[in-house]
Amino acid sequence: MSSSNLFNVTMIAYMVSTCIFFAMLASRNKAVGLAGTYAALFGFVVQTVAIGLRWKESYDQGHGHAPLSNLYESVVFFAWTIVLIFLVIDFKYKYRAIGFFVIPFALFGMAWAQLSLDAGIQPLVPALQSNWLVYHVITCFLGYAAFAVACGISIMYLLREKLEQNGGNSPAGGLLSMFPSMRMLDDLNYKAIMVGFPLLTLGIVTGAIWANYAWGTYWSWDPKETWSLIVWFVYAAFLHARITRGWVGRRAAILSIVGFAATIFCYLGVNLLLSGLHSYGG
Amino acid sequence: MTTNKRGLAQQLWDFFCSLRLTIFLLIGLALTSIIGTVIQQGPQREYLATLSETKIRLYSALGFFDMYHSWWFILLLYLLTLNLICCSIKRLPRVWKIVSEPVLVMDETFQKSLTNVKELKLRGAKPELKDKLTALLRAEFANPVLTERDGEYHLFAQKNPWCRLGVYVVHLSIIIIFIGALIGSFFGYKGYVNIPEGGSITQVAARGGNVVDLGYEVRCEKFSVSFYDTGAPKEFKSLLTVLEKGQPVPGYKDVPVIVNDPLTYKGITFYQSSYGPTDEGAKYRITVRDRKTGAPTKLEARQGERVALPGGAFLSVMEATQDVRPFMKEFDGPGAQVEFTPAGGKPQPFVILSEKYDSFNAQHGDDLIISFDGMDQKYFTGLQVAKDPGVLVVWLGCLLMVIGICMAFFMSHKRIWARISNDGVTVGGSASKNPAGFEMSFDELVQKLNKV
Repeated sequence: MSSSNLFNVTMIAYMVSTCIFFAMLASRNKAVGLAGTYAALFGFVVQTVAIGLRWKESYDQGHGHAPLSNLYESVVFFAWTIVLIFLVIDFKYKYRAIGFFVIPFALFGMAWAQLSLDAGIQPLVPALQSNWLVYHVITCFLGYAAFAVACGISIMYLLREKLEQNGGNSPAGGLLSMFPSMRMLDDLNYKAIMVGFPLLTLGIVTGAIWANYAWGTYWSWDPKETWSLIVWFVYAAFLHARITRGWVGRRAAILSIVGFAATIFCYLGVNLLLSGLHSYGG
Repeated sequence: MTTNKRGLAQQLWDFFCSLRLTIFLLIGLALTSIIGTVIQQGPQREYLATLSETKIRLYSALGFFDMYHSWWFILLLYLLTLNLICCSIKRLPRVWKIVSEPVLVMDETFQKSLTNVKELKLRGAKPELKDKLTALLRAEFANPVLTERDGEYHLFAQKNPWCRLGVYVVHLSIIIIFIGALIGSFFGYKGYVNIPEGGSITQVAARGGNVVDLGYEVRCEKFSVSFYDTGAPKEFKSLLTVLEKGQPVPGYKDVPVIVNDPLTYKGITFYQSSYGPTDEGAKYRITVRDRKTGAPTKLEARQGERVALPGGAFLSVMEATQDVRPFMKEFDGPGAQVEFTPAGGKPQPFVILSEKYDSFNAQHGDDLIISFDGMDQKYFTGLQVAKDPGVLVVWLGCLLMVIGICMAFFMSHKRIWARISNDGVTVGGSASKNPAGFEMSFDELVQKLNKV
């Protein structure tokens, strides 16, 4: 079995998981949600094996390296980290409805990678031949994933707020019982960002150390660096907003969504739309 | 008047202490930072050609072509620094007091401010209860401090009080990083240098235009590039030797420098950055045959050098390549663009290829057939050169930032008070973070205390 087949299985598992979470919300049946979590867990395990297998395949080709070196590998790893963070939160808090707002990010990533990205294993170009690659990519993407989860939770927050304003008598009213409370959503948003922010900080720091080691400058205002700093600024604003009156709840949720939009631009937009030093697709 | 003045100072102070200013500055920095990623920084001529006159004038006036060093961006950074210093000065003393002078005694009023309070069902002699509770707190939580007041015993124990300072550690770390960056910009430089194989340099052109003396000599012994089977580059390698007064420095002879593995000598670091073929020093090998006799003559030429050919003509090689395929699809092997000047004639430019294409080569050259045997290609290595005495300060700042963030986010200052009076035993607790999690561990602790 090749890693590529396993990644297809992963994609299908995340699709099944998304459908089950949708069915849970549609049927208002919490028990169904457990199946959604199991489907996500199954996909996660398969994906973990597949990533390991891809790593081994690169060694079989004679130029072994961690599967974190191009756009395809980074998108796959991003999906993996999103599901990892989701499973941790799900295990801790058991709010299954969050799955419907988070697993689609992972599904979208896997589908994009499998259907339209070049899955070939390429040897590492000289610039990437460093142990810092692993530290830098892992910390950045775990951070990104935490922000993805926070974004999903913030969308739930805004949706719930909207539903509550419409009153509980609309057909969607019953849906509210499936959602965590507003306070809980606000708190989970904060918690996810509290995990993501230190990881992003570590990602930027490891990137700076690596840049200094490879190019002789720890900071050169390259678009990728600048956008990572923009993301950092947005979440720093979010964290300070938490202790400022009037910035909790709705505004915090909006900041979290804006932060994730900036994250996605930092990750993909910079590589696809702007030019700079960081043209590996990671 | 004085009250007005004090009022103004107070207003200014309040302004710089405000968290709203922090949020405004952070979002402002985030938004303005986008500009420099969209508009080319230090723009190339090709890029400027795509912009209209008005745009160019506007962008230069606003400093958009070097946005991150423009006065207003630097001002925003200074304002943020001032803001975080003021915020820290305002809030630190209060937090410091909580850390350094903990409330040792839980009285009635203080008790009301706590969310976690439980009465224990313990009965017994006060001194004995005090000893038992002390032992249990020490084992299960932290070593308590005992205070006796009005015949009552008060116990106080705490964990991680220092984590309350995490926020200020982060603020300090940002200032340290800025200081490191300033040290680098005042006492360091970034430069770039090309060294041909066999050549050496003692100076570097720094960014900003000045020429910096290294104080020693760096020689490029050899440059090599290797490729994977796919054609992608595998390794760029320069062998560098550091020389002082013309003599190689022990341990710095033939040092391999590759991407991600630089060479540092006396605080100056050399990074493998680029490379290219250099015509300087390249030798071209040419064979000339007489059309009638076929007698070959081997010649060597440097770029642009006029070489005398048998029969009185001259030849100079303008440029050459090891592989003509990219330029001439039907041919392969080496090729050269030459200028042939017959004796007493006008110069004729044409291309010559290797011997196997002599029918091609025979189209020119009058009495001679000139073929190109190849060249001893030399490379130059392109090195980034950097001296940054502030970099260690920046790393210190980064380390502090990570530590500070972990303190602020993942550690909680937990406090437990116990009052042992004639009415019984009351326990109170509070935590700086995660109230739900603390409530559970507090209830657990109370259960254990109830069993002593």
